[in-house]
Amino acid sequence: MSDAAVALTLALLLIAPLAIAGIALINTGLGRSRSAAQALLGNLALIAVSAIVFVFAGASFAGTLGNSEVVFDVARKSWGILGLGSFLLHGISSASPHTQLAVVFEFLAVAMLVIIPWGSGADRFRLAGGCAAAAALSGIVFPLAANWIWNTGWLSALGGNFSLGAGFLDTAGAGTVHLVGGLSALAVVWIAGPRRGKFPREGLSTAMPGHNAVYVLSGCIVALVGWLAWNVAGAILWLHAPLTQLPVTAINTLLSASGALVTTLSVTRFRFGKPDASLCANGWLAGLVTSSACAAIVSPVAALFIGGVTGFFTPLLVELLELALSIDDPSGAITVHGAAGLWGLLATGIFSPQQGQMLAQLVGIAALLGLMLPLIYLLFAALNRLVPFRVDPDGERIGMDLHELGGGAYPEFVIHRDESYR
Amino acid sequence: MKYAGLLVMPAGFFLTLATLVLFPDPTRRFVFVLCALAVECIGLVVTVRGHIPSRGATRP
Repeated sequence: MSDAAVALTLALLLIAPLAIAGIALINTGLGRSRSAAQALLGNLALIAVSAIVFVFAGASFAGTLGNSEVVFDVARKSWGILGLGSFLLHGISSASPHTQLAVVFEFLAVAMLVIIPWGSGADRFRLAGGCAAAAALSGIVFPLAANWIWNTGWLSALGGNFSLGAGFLDTAGAGTVHLVGGLSALAVVWIAGPRRGKFPREGLSTAMPGHNAVYVLSGCIVALVGWLAWNVAGAILWLHAPLTQLPVTAINTLLSASGALVTTLSVTRFRFGKPDASLCANGWLAGLVTSSACAAIVSPVAALFIGGVTGFFTPLLVELLELALSIDDPSGAITVHGAAGLWGLLATGIFSPQQGQMLAQLVGIAALLGLMLPLIYLLFAALNRLVPFRVDPDGERIGMDLHELGGGAYPEFVIHRDESYR
Repeated sequence: MKYAGLLVMPAGFFLTLATLVLFPDPTRRFVFVLCALAVECIGLVVTVRGHIPSRGATRP
């Protein structure tokens, strides 16, 4: 890795946390005002817990430092499953610049992963439960996925072992972060249950709109800046993309988000008579998530098309999950991160010129979907027995801010009475 | 029912692994991996249905 590439990647990784900040703002804005401070504090707490657990154990299991690994030999192929490197990042100072930057990227990736399910549990997910979930994700789940996909694991070796393109490609975390995050969000929603009053016995679900559209839409712009840096850094680190290819990666990121937003705007305008701000924000973010998989690989026209498809299904799927499947997901993380991440991984296979790439993507998706959701669900169900995820009914009624923090985010403003909801 | 669905999903994953090991032909691999994904989708559907509350059930 040249000095210029090292310097550029480091600079980009210092900007990339803006993507995390954007998601945190969006999640807070889509929740209720009585839980706003707890929502934003929770983002900070979960990022802190994930960093600590990752440095203690997760980085070792991810195998980025490459000291040793659990490898199975099956059918005369090596299948790397889990890293067994030194704990507490021992030896990182003597590692190559590429390896050190990869570790930084993984720290940021796990921080983004843990805040995704936090948004889905808005208004009823306890801080302690969130921290426990973050610890499980950063200590076990993320390291598994990162080892398989980014380091020397079996998914990255599909190209060499089975002639499947370049192996499973996930440039900037559409699989390791967003698909896994979406599945975690689904598990949290199932275990914590819906918000009180969301699904009455009769009639349609109760609309519980976000309390601050300005947070949500500002978060979208902040996320764009972070995502541009994120995708370009991922292209350098995991695809070893030459410097001349990086501007196209940034352009594709913007085009994917733009295509998604315009499509979502049109769909919501057509369905509801006026565009829906929060669904458009979801569409924009879903476009960014999709670009995490394919921005460094596809052409600009393909990126625009891929984003357009994302923007089409995002508002429809958000609606379907709530109305048909009784899934209460305030931040829309299951759709925005899970479904959009999945589509991005598929699109990488569809639009990649390499032979066998589509099959490699399908194998990776099968691995992530088939193993991660059951693992995450069982981990969270076990944790829920030790550290309950859901707040008690009184706490939910007065709001997470007052119940968990002793003070509201907006003490000078009147909070809506519960009777305003059915 | 939800746990049954969660057990079916890894079965789809292991079908994928078996496909890679047993079939060298790319076309057969592709078809069988799609079948494995279909098995996972069935498991997901069963899990989702297991979590949908029935009408009149106690809700928070």
